Amino acid sequence: MAYIVEPGLYAVGSPTKDSDVFVTANYKLTFDILRRSLYQIDAWILVLDTKGINVWCAAGKGTFGTDELVRQIRLSKLDSVVEHRRIILPQLGAVGVSASQAQKITGFRVFFGPVDARDIPAYVALGRKKTKEMSTIRFNILDRLVLTPMEINPAMKKFPWFALAVLVLFGLQPSGILFSSIWHPGMTFLLFGLLAVLAGAFVTPVLLPFVPFRSFAVKGWIVGMAMVAGAVLIIDPLPLHNMLLLVSVYVFFPALSSYIALQFTGSTTFTGMSGVKKELKIGITLYATATAAFIIMVVVYKLKEWEVI
Amino acid sequence: MKYLVNVTTLAYKDDKCAGCGRCVEVCPQGVFEMNEKKAMITDRDLCMECGACAKNCDFEAISVNSGVGCAAAIINSMIKGGEPNCGCSDTSGSSNCC
Repeated sequence: MAYIVEPGLYAVGSPTKDSDVFVTANYKLTFDILRRSLYQIDAWILVLDTKGINVWCAAGKGTFGTDELVRQIRLSKLDSVVEHRRIILPQLGAVGVSASQAQKITGFRVFFGPVDARDIPAYVALGRKKTKEMSTIRFNILDRLVLTPMEINPAMKKFPWFALAVLVLFGLQPSGILFSSIWHPGMTFLLFGLLAVLAGAFVTPVLLPFVPFRSFAVKGWIVGMAMVAGAVLIIDPLPLHNMLLLVSVYVFFPALSSYIALQFTGSTTFTGMSGVKKELKIGITLYATATAAFIIMVVVYKLKEWEVI
Repeated sequence: MKYLVNVTTLAYKDDKCAGCGRCVEVCPQGVFEMNEKKAMITDRDLCMECGACAKNCDFEAISVNSGVGCAAAIINSMIKGGEPNCGCSDTSGSSNCC
């Protein structure tokens, strides 16, 4: 991978023995953002070996951690490069670094700087002091929008399996798989499948604070339900004139959107483990029930079509 | 933005607080504030259980059962066992990385 920076000590501008030392991860994009933020500041950058992972994820894993910080301070002989004994870490690295332990071992006092590297010049100008804004994570509509491809992509990777199951199921006839009958209700269901992905992986994340309730599962269900209902009204697909199929669509696709929306908890900046566990505890049973009910309804529809029942 | 209420495992004992201010410095959600030389919780429902405060509290005034608030990671840990983690630092290069 070309997104890894060699760990160690780097100079930005013309740093001296009194210049600040900024610590970062060895993910290239992270390193570049820091470098750009230090424009017009003479400073040292100490890059930890985080295996090419950003600060926050690496800190959670412990690779951006106290041990690695101590190791790099020693390897780079930082104590002979600078005369002061202070280092500035990104605030989100605090999950993995114990400031007091690092200081005990190396003598360097750890300052946790701003969350966002772009605030570094202001932080330095304030004399290494943070405003509340500098220490809080932002998560605005643009931040969420750029994350949506990472939600759509994994969902779409599983989509061919869903498509295969739907097409085989609807194409199945007593005489074998009949291609002419694949498309009729099958296409409608594929369309609703795509709609559920769009609802759960795109619309819900982007409109997150505007969708009622705190639970991601509920948010995803509401958006999914609205989009399914909208599509039923506007497109009015012929296969859904069958009551059984109509009910099955309302049971399954909002639930699918809800499940996909719940995955977005992995990309947010404010969801905790206890909350997600609580959602899953209730959610998984509901998703399993909805899926089972959906399959039963479609199978009953098929059996009726074959005039078995 | 705030997530579910009354779920966080964050616990804070102010009698142990020495007023160093580290928790205020590291919390990305603004859960702590300094008040009369002691830390004070503003709104515990803002807590995302990242664990930065507990890690950096030298006086054992803060505890939190920290972990990733990520559905995919938690589902994986339910299936395979173990603690939920996002698998970001795996050398195998997981494609479902957070």
